[in-house]
Amino acid sequence: MLLQKKLSTFGEYLILMGKTFQRPERMRMFMKQYIKEMNSLGVDSIGIVLLISFFIGAVICIQMKMNVSSPWMPTFTTGYTTREIMLLEFSSSIMCLILAGKVGSNIASELGTMRVTQQIDALEIMGVNSASFLILPKVLGLITIIPCLVVFSYATGIIGAYATTLMGVITASDLTVGLQHSFNPWFAWMGIIKSIAFAFIISSVSSYCGYTVKGGSLNVGRASTDAVVSSSVLILFADIFLTKLLS
Amino acid sequence: MIQVKNLQKRFDDKEVLKGITADFKDGKCNLIIGQSGAGKTVLMSCIIGLFRPTSGEILYDGRDMVKMKLKQWKMLRREVGMLFQGSALFDSMTVLENARFPLDMFSEMSEKERNERAQFCLERVNLGDAGHKYPGEISGGMQKRAAIARAISLNPKYLFCDEPNSGLDPKTSLVIDELIYSITHEFNMTTIINTHDMNSVMGIGENIVFIDKGEKAWQGNSGEIMDSTNERLNSFIFASDLFKKIKAESQLEKMKGSHD
Repeated sequence: MLLQKKLSTFGEYLILMGKTFQRPERMRMFMKQYIKEMNSLGVDSIGIVLLISFFIGAVICIQMKMNVSSPWMPTFTTGYTTREIMLLEFSSSIMCLILAGKVGSNIASELGTMRVTQQIDALEIMGVNSASFLILPKVLGLITIIPCLVVFSYATGIIGAYATTLMGVITASDLTVGLQHSFNPWFAWMGIIKSIAFAFIISSVSSYCGYTVKGGSLNVGRASTDAVVSSSVLILFADIFLTKLLS
Repeated sequence: MIQVKNLQKRFDDKEVLKGITADFKDGKCNLIIGQSGAGKTVLMSCIIGLFRPTSGEILYDGRDMVKMKLKQWKMLRREVGMLFQGSALFDSMTVLENARFPLDMFSEMSEKERNERAQFCLERVNLGDAGHKYPGEISGGMQKRAAIARAISLNPKYLFCDEPNSGLDPKTSLVIDELIYSITHEFNMTTIINTHDMNSVMGIGENIVFIDKGEKAWQGNSGEIMDSTNERLNSFIFASDLFKKIKAESQLEKMKGSHD
């Protein structure tokens, strides 16, 4: 019974995606929405991305220095591990988990409110493909802007690590040597590719949760929670497969 | 003219509409009335295509909507304007942008022409100076008027209004009724209004379809409603003391007239 329900939900999701990925009726209106969504989902998230990345970069550096230091370990280990953690997991996967909370709940509550206040019905009655008009700009907008957020997160994490040199945790030269040691540019690309897949999961799953709301404001709140939980779980599953696939 | 023939709608094992046949006339205010739960919202939802009927025909000037292909159906929707119970204005757009939205989506007009048309529609509903405001910044009555402006911006042939007076005070309700009535006649639209507001029934009901327990129980106009002998209609219309009194006075006047 539970499996049947899950399969039914997955089927509904696929049907909605089929409706979403259709040619926009008016390219002018689509571009307007697309730019608006890039701004509201991406640009408005820059602040939180920079803040979290800076502090996590600094904390990773301090933890590495305190826990990995040993006379047998090279002095560049702290910088090296900080960089690898930032590139391989934090800036893509963990940052997307955080964005699933911020962006996912935003998308689900916006679409859910539009559903219960009949704004989506109004679009349908006008003859507008509401799924394509509302969801496609969100999905494409987040996919477009997420690589920028990931790159900002890389850079700010490294700046955070450098900030610990002011506290005397590590010397700037040791950190620089570590950050440059055995650098593989593919790891940076891996993070960006993973984040694009996660952006699709966040935007499409949250849109599904919001778009299919039935009832009133209580259900909008539930949809918002479901969006965050479902996106987060799917990001974690996808992370395993993508890491295996791309490594 | 919109015609509904033997329309049935089921939800699982519950039959909500039981073979309704009714005509909605051109250039008139057609009202669907009935108690809550009688099936009038389902009937309107079927007519505008939000629900697919289980069986029956819905003819828009002879074109059967149920049998239409997607492309024809989309074209038909551009001939339809809709006023929702809660206005359903887009929160993220100003009142002017709301009124301009159907033009932005479907017309080939230039930006200047679209702005002019949207402004004309807003002025028609006496909202000429509220175009820059957001829906959250205006009153319920103004939101209804803005929704009417959006509904008529593409000059539709058919206008649907779902409970246009719900949540409004009696004076604002009259303004909305008069506006819908005058717009219907000015633009020669087929207007269908779903209501249980008796002031609307008496004021603008040119063709009234009474739905009871999923069936059409009566059809007529506001002049005929007072003299109707239909028991189901009378128990609905004259449920309030005010209307009982009005009916009694009306009958008294008629009796006096016949004696004179």
